[in-house]
Amino acid sequence: MELYMSLAIGVLFTVGVYLVLSKSLLRIILGTSLLTHGVHLLLLTMSRLKTGAAPLLGQGAESYVDPLPQALILTSIVISFGVTSFFFVLAYKAYQKLGTDDMEQLRGKEDE
Amino acid sequence: MNNLLVLPLLIPLLTAAILIFLKNNIAVQRWLSSLSLLATVAAAGMIVFQVKTQGIQTLHMGGWLPPYGIVFVADMLAALLVFVTTVVGVFCLLYSFGTVGEQRERYYYYPYFQFLLVGVNGSFLTGDLFNLFVCFEVMLISSYALIVLGGTKRQLRETLKYILINIISSTLFVAAVAYLYGVLGTLNMADLSLRVAEAGQDGVLNAIAILFMIVFSLKAGLFLFFWLPGSYSVPPAAVSALFGALLTKVGLYALIRTFTLIFYHDPSITHSWLAWMAAATMILGAFGAIAYSDIQRIMNYNVIITVGFIAFGLSVASDTSIDGAIFYLLHDMVAKALLFIIGGLIVHVTGTSKLKEMGGLIKRHPAIGWLLFVTALAIAGIPPLSGFAGKLLIIEGGMQGHAFWLTGVALGSSFIVLYSLIRLFMDAFWGEENPNPQVAPSKSMLGSAVALFAIMVMMGLGSEWVYQFVAEAGNTLMNPSTYIDAVLKE
Repeated sequence: MELYMSLAIGVLFTVGVYLVLSKSLLRIILGTSLLTHGVHLLLLTMSRLKTGAAPLLGQGAESYVDPLPQALILTSIVISFGVTSFFFVLAYKAYQKLGTDDMEQLRGKEDE
Repeated sequence: MNNLLVLPLLIPLLTAAILIFLKNNIAVQRWLSSLSLLATVAAAGMIVFQVKTQGIQTLHMGGWLPPYGIVFVADMLAALLVFVTTVVGVFCLLYSFGTVGEQRERYYYYPYFQFLLVGVNGSFLTGDLFNLFVCFEVMLISSYALIVLGGTKRQLRETLKYILINIISSTLFVAAVAYLYGVLGTLNMADLSLRVAEAGQDGVLNAIAILFMIVFSLKAGLFLFFWLPGSYSVPPAAVSALFGALLTKVGLYALIRTFTLIFYHDPSITHSWLAWMAAATMILGAFGAIAYSDIQRIMNYNVIITVGFIAFGLSVASDTSIDGAIFYLLHDMVAKALLFIIGGLIVHVTGTSKLKEMGGLIKRHPAIGWLLFVTALAIAGIPPLSGFAGKLLIIEGGMQGHAFWLTGVALGSSFIVLYSLIRLFMDAFWGEENPNPQVAPSKSMLGSAVALFAIMVMMGLGSEWVYQFVAEAGNTLMNPSTYIDAVLKE
């Protein structure tokens, strides 16, 4: 199972990196969110995907899955959610003021 | 257990939360944020004193013993850095009163300022890797807001790049944490150190160590500094002083912590990577410092050279060089804040940041001129001033470690630093007076520069006194077992 998850994460990272390297700003933001998806799945996978009950003591099971990575992922999800929404609004504002979403045209000018 | 440790985090956090409700009352915002910063300085000073008299202080959050709960650890290095951070913060705050403009102050400038300090102090004090990530994010998100606040075209453009690079490095940070958790099953730094020692730092752990190095180098501007010169030149001087003094130093602190506490078993791989990156940083930063004739660019490339210099001290990893790296780190936080504030004064006075449009400022503004001159000498490391002791120790450590080639580069970079800053001084302050109208700086702007200057000079004259603290910090770093014992055996 870990092998398939690793492959899927690898695909997410590849597509994310490809999108981040493109010219359009919106594609770049989509790329960063794919990267964060990939990394959250990576956190889940690295704690081994053994079968067990959900980490709720009321279940009374023999074995539970590791609760720590789930807490880490939850933290990381809200952080990347906050950053992504900021990034989107920034991109919107930049589009309004600068009139372009092409990263090539967002280079600095020599005479600044 | 010592509840004092949480204060450098808690005071700015509460202040920021309160300041959000006082949006329109700028005078109250100013008073509250200065008073709370002074309280933080007092708390940080107390922590330094306690670490000096009673050894390493720890605080178990919520009473959970490590490695299960989050632990805050103040060894001498963390305590000193928190103290210097808050002191630099006070003067950046005082400088921002007259300079950032009422619009920014009305739109939550002071809350962002306090949140930035929360993130920086938290990063220095935490003893848990994932908590370090969270503190990094607190610091970074406030820095995004501080860079873009004001919303000019340049700011928007450069913030897009800054935010993108930091999202990517944060993603890599989480990936590195995931790998490390997968291999060792813990995230507490002291516990990690023990388990790395048990498992032996082999191929997988070396790969993870290199990944951490890439992450922290992106934050610190060590070799991967391509984002830095643009981003640091767009915000107002008070903000870029804060960034130049604190943000890259947090990355450096994380590098120092990970490579002296956790991944110190295989220096032939990790530390030689660090050495090469440090050399490249010093050389490329030197090119940048010479190439530009724009005050902000010159200062930004000087930040980069310093990062390389401190990383060189870390890569040699002997007692002497680590002491030197710490001493230079402390000096540089003060000196870079001062340099950026003086740069801001010059831009304020002349209304431009281009050296070609300046000249002859010494006649009307002798105070700024001499401040800049002495600061330049201090950053280059001229003997009675504060940069000297750190540079001497790093160079001595490099010679003892037989890293002659690198020591040569480090010495050469000091000449370049001196050349670039003295050229800045000569072009701006000597020569024909420029006929452009000039604005006189206000007393409060000059006041914070002079006060920081006095601290820097005292650090230089009292090197012997500062060194006893630095030596203790270096001792803890070179003997990780003292840190581990303080955290885990209580």
